[in-house]
Amino acid sequence: MSNAAANLVALHTIVRREIVRILRIWTQTLIPPAITMTLYFVIFGKLIGSRIGTIQGGYTYMQYIVPGLVMMSIITNSYGNISSSFFGAKFSRAVEEMLVSPMPNWVILTGYVTGAVTRGLAVGVLVLGIALFFTSLHIAHPLITFASVLLGSVIFSLAGFVNAVYAKKFDDIALVPTFILTPLTYLGGVFYSIQMLGEPWQAISRINPILYMVNAFRYGVLGISDVHVGVAFVVMLGFVVALAAFGLQLLKRGVGLRS
Amino acid sequence: MSSVPALVVDNLRKTYGNGVEALKGISLTVQPGDFFALLGPNGAGKSTLIGILSSLVNSSGGDAQVFGVSVNKQRNEAMKLIGLVPQEINFNQFEKPFDICVNEAGFYGIPRRIAAERAEKYLKELRLWDKAQHQARMLSGGMKRRLMIARAMMNEPKLLILDEPTAGVDIEIRRSMWQFVSGINAAGTTVILTTHYLEEAEQLCRNIAIIDHGTIVENTTMKRLLATLDVETFVLDAAQVPDGLPALPGVTLRRMDEHTLEAEMARTHDLNSLFAALSARGITVTSMRNKTNRLEELFVRLVEQGRNGQVRAA
Repeated sequence: MSNAAANLVALHTIVRREIVRILRIWTQTLIPPAITMTLYFVIFGKLIGSRIGTIQGGYTYMQYIVPGLVMMSIITNSYGNISSSFFGAKFSRAVEEMLVSPMPNWVILTGYVTGAVTRGLAVGVLVLGIALFFTSLHIAHPLITFASVLLGSVIFSLAGFVNAVYAKKFDDIALVPTFILTPLTYLGGVFYSIQMLGEPWQAISRINPILYMVNAFRYGVLGISDVHVGVAFVVMLGFVVALAAFGLQLLKRGVGLRS
Repeated sequence: MSSVPALVVDNLRKTYGNGVEALKGISLTVQPGDFFALLGPNGAGKSTLIGILSSLVNSSGGDAQVFGVSVNKQRNEAMKLIGLVPQEINFNQFEKPFDICVNEAGFYGIPRRIAAERAEKYLKELRLWDKAQHQARMLSGGMKRRLMIARAMMNEPKLLILDEPTAGVDIEIRRSMWQFVSGINAAGTTVILTTHYLEEAEQLCRNIAIIDHGTIVENTTMKRLLATLDVETFVLDAAQVPDGLPALPGVTLRRMDEHTLEAEMARTHDLNSLFAALSARGITVTSMRNKTNRLEELFVRLVEQGRNGQVRAA
């Protein structure tokens, strides 16, 4: 068997194992984000949103926050999936099964990222489905919608992987989502347009990577954005390349994995 | 049988970040088809050596070659040749044994159909087939150890490394494990074994290396090593052992209790004169055994010599 074929089998094995894990613990992986987002739609979209009226481009507040909330659930679930799964493998030492195999590092990274993206997209579809109970949506740019979702999910999967590599205890994989990911998400234009902010908050918001993901996705769905969509894609691609290179370097050096 | 050594360890060194020098430039060779014992006290460097061979530990210097393939320079190719049974349980306890084996094969690029056939074969041979679809955490300690052997066989390695595989396993399961590994070895797989049960090493292994404080203190054949033992101690069970024991040249007799005595003598000393002297004193011997296994005595002696600066070979 050629190395390429062997690598494909190895990649398929990791992805399959990750999907089996997601489905095995579906009450932890798929249901909680659906419940949380339903609450967001009811409270912010229906109850409060109905008093806000239209926002940017004539959309209702509910229509405006749907792309942000979908993107928020995709990135938090992508991040959570890979950080808990890979750290769990490290903690139980099951990661050694992969480390002693002839599998190249890129296969390990791609396999875990694919698993995390799968969960992120599954949750995204679920949340979008729930959103349709509350409002109607017309996807303005399907390709941009899909590309922004995919890139956002990949970026946070890679970030979650880096977190898991460095984590020494379970608390360490909760720190980043609590103190970095959640604030960045809430300040990344999920619930509001940064045009509502004065300076310097608008400028500060522009260094938040989540702003670009949320707005690229919002542009795909609604056709409106606070940032230039081209700039958003360049920023996202830059993060993918930088984080992937960093993740591979960590695996090569065996940081937190090999003595 | 290939003439390329199964394993060549060449001046391998490892210094951990905290300054501990676990391996001080060790070298050894294991021939293909061998059943090789790697012994040493706790903290001697055995697991570090195995860690480097399986690429879980980065070496600080030197190299190792598995069937001529460098672990440093051709890691992925070298790993295809190795099967590892680690000291600690290292599989996902929420997965099923069948899935653990099939996934392991997948990591080695083995297609799922072949992997499923092999999983069934090795789980059956290791008497785990009836547990194949149970969660691994439900298995007993002995079953988990056998599962790690089955998992290590999924890539049908040319070199199987077992790092204390029978720790904490009862004698019956231990024997069934050795029967399986002996069969694998007889079929051509080279086996490297570390164990604290020296009786096992004595019975199973043809060659041996003893490692202590990161250096090899002995590396020879089991037969040659055991031949260097010049004194043996026998435990004799007797119907009645009197207080006064006969004096016999070359034999030290000790009364342990009213039914047991110990006889220490040179290996070349004949046993007939011992029995004649005991018989003359009216002592009837009902059974007899070695006080300790021979390898254990040698092991302790060699390690002590090494610590006193009398290391023979490195």
